[in-house]
This record gives sequence, C-alpha cells and structure tokens, in this order.
Amino acid sequence: MREEERPAKKLDIKGLVCPYTFVKAKLAIEDMEVGEVLEIVLDYPEAVNNIPKSMQDHGQKVLKVDKTGEKEWVIVVRKEKE
Amino acid sequence: MEFTDTQIQRYSRHIILPEVGGKGQKKLLGSKVLIVGAGGLGCPVGYYLAAAGVGTIGIVDDDLVEVSNLQRQIAHSTGAIGMPKVESAKRTFEALNPDVKVNAMKGRLTKDNIMDVMKDYDIVVDGSDNFPTRYLVNDACVLMRKPLVSGAILRFEGQVTTLIPHEGHCYRCLFETPPPPGLVPSCQEAGVLGVLPGVIGALEATEALKLILGRGEPLKNTLLIYNALTTSFRKVKVPRNPDCPVCGQNPTITELADYDAGYCQL
Repeated sequence: MREEERPAKKLDIKGLVCPYTFVKAKLAIEDMEVGEVLEIVLDYPEAVNNIPKSMQDHGQKVLKVDKTGEKEWVIVVRKEKE
Repeated sequence: MEFTDTQIQRYSRHIILPEVGGKGQKKLLGSKVLIVGAGGLGCPVGYYLAAAGVGTIGIVDDDLVEVSNLQRQIAHSTGAIGMPKVESAKRTFEALNPDVKVNAMKGRLTKDNIMDVMKDYDIVVDGSDNFPTRYLVNDACVLMRKPLVSGAILRFEGQVTTLIPHEGHCYRCLFETPPPPGLVPSCQEAGVLGVLPGVIGALEATEALKLILGRGEPLKNTLLIYNALTTSFRKVKVPRNPDCPVCGQNPTITELADYDAGYCQL
C-alpha cells in the first residue's frame, strides 16, 4: 500500500444496507481531517457503486474499490473537502 | 455527542444532504426555537421543527383547543378539545420525536414577560394571529437582536418574511405601526382555507432550519406573498427604513409597550 493510501480510520459496515451504508461512511469522514484516508469494508453489493458515486458528489476522492471476498469489498476514500 | 443508531436512521435523509450532514443535524439537535402561537401556523411550524430534530422548542399560547380549530390546526385532535393548545401541541410534537423537548407556556406574551421568555432561544418564529403580539414580538426581537421568522395568513393569501435585526428590515420597516383596530379582519371574521397555514408554516419552518444550519439565503429584506387561488408566489423587496422607529438610526422605541387597547382577543 502506498503511503498516501494508508487509512487513518477503518469502518466496517458489513450487514448494513443503503442508505445507511453511505450515512455511516459520511459520518465517519465528517469527523476526519482533510487529507486523511478512510477505509470502508462492506458486503452490500449496491453500496459498492453508490458509496463511491456519493463520495465523489460530496467532493471526496475515491482512491480504490477492491473486491476482497465472495461478498466483501473495500472502498478507500481520501477526504478532500470539509 | 454521538448519534444513536435510531438517530442515524431517523435523520438519515438529512445526514445525506451535503448542506446538512451529521454536523448540521447536531446543530439542529442543539438549537432552541420559540414558536409564538399554537394555532394554524404554530402547529405546522412545530410539527416540522420537531420532525427535523430541533432539540428545544418553546411554544406560547393562552387558548384552549376548540372544534373550530381542527380544520387547520393540525397538531390538535378531536380528543384534545378543551385542552390548552400548548399542552396538546407538546403531546403531539414529543410523540413524533422523543429527541425534542417542548416547553409549553400557557399564557400571553406581554411587555413584562417577553424578554424573559425569549432569552433562552436562538430564533423566534411568529405564528400569532393578532397585531399587538406581532409588533411586540418584532420590537423585542430587534431589541434583543434575535432572528425572527414572521408569517401571516388570511382567506387564500399568506406572507412570510425573515427579520435579521440590524442586518435586514424589521416588521416596522414594512408597516410602521399596527393598523387601527377593526380595519384588518381576522380569520374568525374573514375565514381561511385550512391548508393555507400549512403552506406558510412549512415555509416559516424552512426559514428557521436554514438559519440554524447557516445555509441558503433567508428572506432578509424580502416579503414573500403566496396566493393559493392563483398558485403564485411573489417576492417584494423590503429595504431597511433608516427612520424606522425601532431599528432605525434614531429609534424612538427603546423599550417595550403593549399595544392591545381596542383589539379583540382572538
């Protein structure tokens, strides 16, 4: 993992469905500093598309979206905007 | 404070909005709004502010619920007839959202009690049905520099404006003195379409939420007029009056007075 992708916070939202997946992710990123990275682990397929899109709409930078298991994904987002 | 899981669910549609978010929602939960009147306007104002999670809502009114109120005063129900309106409203708002504390004050605002009542609140929303109270609330808000959202309704027409004392206009910049008693008919005499206070009250609640969140442009220096028959909204510019008797350069009103001589008590 490159240095600029090292997460300051990890959020496990497995078991949650939309819209709470994004709500939880947004609350987590609100509490972070600009430039910090959030790693989100989730298992709800729809949110794999929705969270990155919503994060971008809110001005944040999506660094990567990885499938890490049969039904598990990791999204890495850098906070760009308060 | 941290949100509970229930709060995250309850306020999720707010939290998702970029203009609100968790931080905005916490501002709402920490805010205190005073509603003057628990009638046609006060009911929808309080209903939506409670739903939005405004943490403390004060409501003042000295009336009891009557069957003739129920055509428009949506916080009250048939079972509440005879009960103080503020008690009925408190019951409704707290049932809607247990995060909200409602301070029910049965009584009338007067020059002697209004400052004491208002001092604990960030914003005042006027839903009163009479000119003495409307002018008293305006003058007190100017003297205390409290933002005031003002609404009024009659027949099929309503008005909303937001007063930010010493930044924008006040009610007296718009209408310097109350009209003489009897000139302007009351809803009791002239009637009102039941849904009209819902529209105007929802607009007042929106203005209050914007002020708390610090988002958007309030109706500062602007009077919004809604006509239900033509379904039209009209915005009228209201400049500050430098000679305004309460917020002008040389104010003549420097302390409060009661204006109720000659007015019927509605």
